[in-house]
Amino acid sequence: MAQTYQDLLAAARSEVPEVQVVELAERLAGAAAPLVVDVREQSEWDEGHVPGAVHVPRGYLESRIAGIASPDQAVVLMCAGGFRSLLAARNLREMGYEHVESLAGGFTRWKQAGNEFVVPQTLTPDQRSRYSRHILIPEVGEAGQLKLLGAKVLLIGAGGLGSPAAYYLAAAGVGTLGLVDDDVVEASNLQRQIIHTTDRVGMLKAESAKIAIEALNPDVRVNVHATRIDRDNVLDIISGYDVIVDGADNFPTRYLLADASLMTRTPLVHASILRFEGHASVFLPYDGPCYRCLFPEPPPPDLAPSCGEAGVLGVLCGVMGNIQANEAIKVILGIGDTLSGRLLVYDALGMSFTELKVRRDPNCPGCGPDAHLEFRDYDAWCAGIDRHLETVEG
Amino acid sequence: MSTVRVPPVLRAAVGGVRELSVPGSTVAEVLDALYAAHPEVQAQLVSENGELHRFVNIYVNDEDVRLQGWLATPVGDSDTLLILPAMAGGATSSR
Repeated sequence: MAQTYQDLLAAARSEVPEVQVVELAERLAGAAAPLVVDVREQSEWDEGHVPGAVHVPRGYLESRIAGIASPDQAVVLMCAGGFRSLLAARNLREMGYEHVESLAGGFTRWKQAGNEFVVPQTLTPDQRSRYSRHILIPEVGEAGQLKLLGAKVLLIGAGGLGSPAAYYLAAAGVGTLGLVDDDVVEASNLQRQIIHTTDRVGMLKAESAKIAIEALNPDVRVNVHATRIDRDNVLDIISGYDVIVDGADNFPTRYLLADASLMTRTPLVHASILRFEGHASVFLPYDGPCYRCLFPEPPPPDLAPSCGEAGVLGVLCGVMGNIQANEAIKVILGIGDTLSGRLLVYDALGMSFTELKVRRDPNCPGCGPDAHLEFRDYDAWCAGIDRHLETVEG
Repeated sequence: MSTVRVPPVLRAAVGGVRELSVPGSTVAEVLDALYAAHPEVQAQLVSENGELHRFVNIYVNDEDVRLQGWLATPVGDSDTLLILPAMAGGATSSR
């Protein structure tokens, strides 16, 4: 004899215990919380679901249940109104899952009762299109792209290294970029600082870069820090950022950042450039060597010419800045092998990449067990003044 | 003869070249031979008390010699000795 939908529901109800919303909320808060399996469609799940619930669309439930629950486990199935889950529970019981129940009234009643629910982050259709080449990469995917959109990267300098790094991080959809630079765009910058334009000469570099980034990708929020970073403001500025990209042009700032990175345990992506040569590494605080493990002390000013004095190939900035962007993305996504523990030396004239090992120095004045980390007068220290006197109270 | 790679800041002191062939079977011997041929390098790498400056790293191939035998670290004919001072440049500044 043919059965109607109502007959099926009635039969299921006679076999499957139904749990009320109030009771489920209590059980989820207790020690013996059941596994909640949400059998709705993807679009329904995306609009909100019970915290901790597992999503298996109804059509896949029987084929996937063995991977998520054992037959002796307490399972509560739920859908939008409590009917699909009731019928689904009947099938699971036939498969030997004896402790399966169905949530009466489903997610609709759960929400109406004022219970907590989470709305999963998803990409918009525009974002799926913009980042489609990232999403296709298994190591990135939609989850990785969401991570990038939620990430905050601070760039020290919107110059030779910061220009390409910021541009590519913006294109990649890193959701928040902080730009620290108190300098203005000059004509002599444009040979390498590609984020700026001729008609923005005279503008603050951080503001000029913000214009370029916002034109490229409106998903990116740009924080302008039009100041020189120093020991009084460094902790305020870097707090809240996930990664620091160091494109500074001087040793005092580099050592300040190295110390601040350790103090706040913020990964530091390093690069430096001169003429045809570039260095790059990644310093993961207390998880790998730090900048001072590599260079405990700066060279004196006469052995450390700036690019303004010695010159730099514009393209070299692009290569090294993009290596920084690449490493920052890997740090954010937690994929691949970063340059932590390695210094990459790039010789643009010989077109060679050399890798040097960087090991944690057990006596490191920055991250060693006996290190006494305190901000000092970096300008004086780097100028060689009182190098061996103790740190200045910071 | 091992190969010595010269960083940009020292190239003027060695006649502008990036690499040199230098004899010697230890780091000390290679550096001494380098100083003999190019005295200006010694002035930049060695302090008044005759020791290598702390800001200069020396690598034999990819290993920092401070973590090996320091100046006694052996250097073979096919090895590369790389002199590496820190570089500050990021070209934020146009100065």
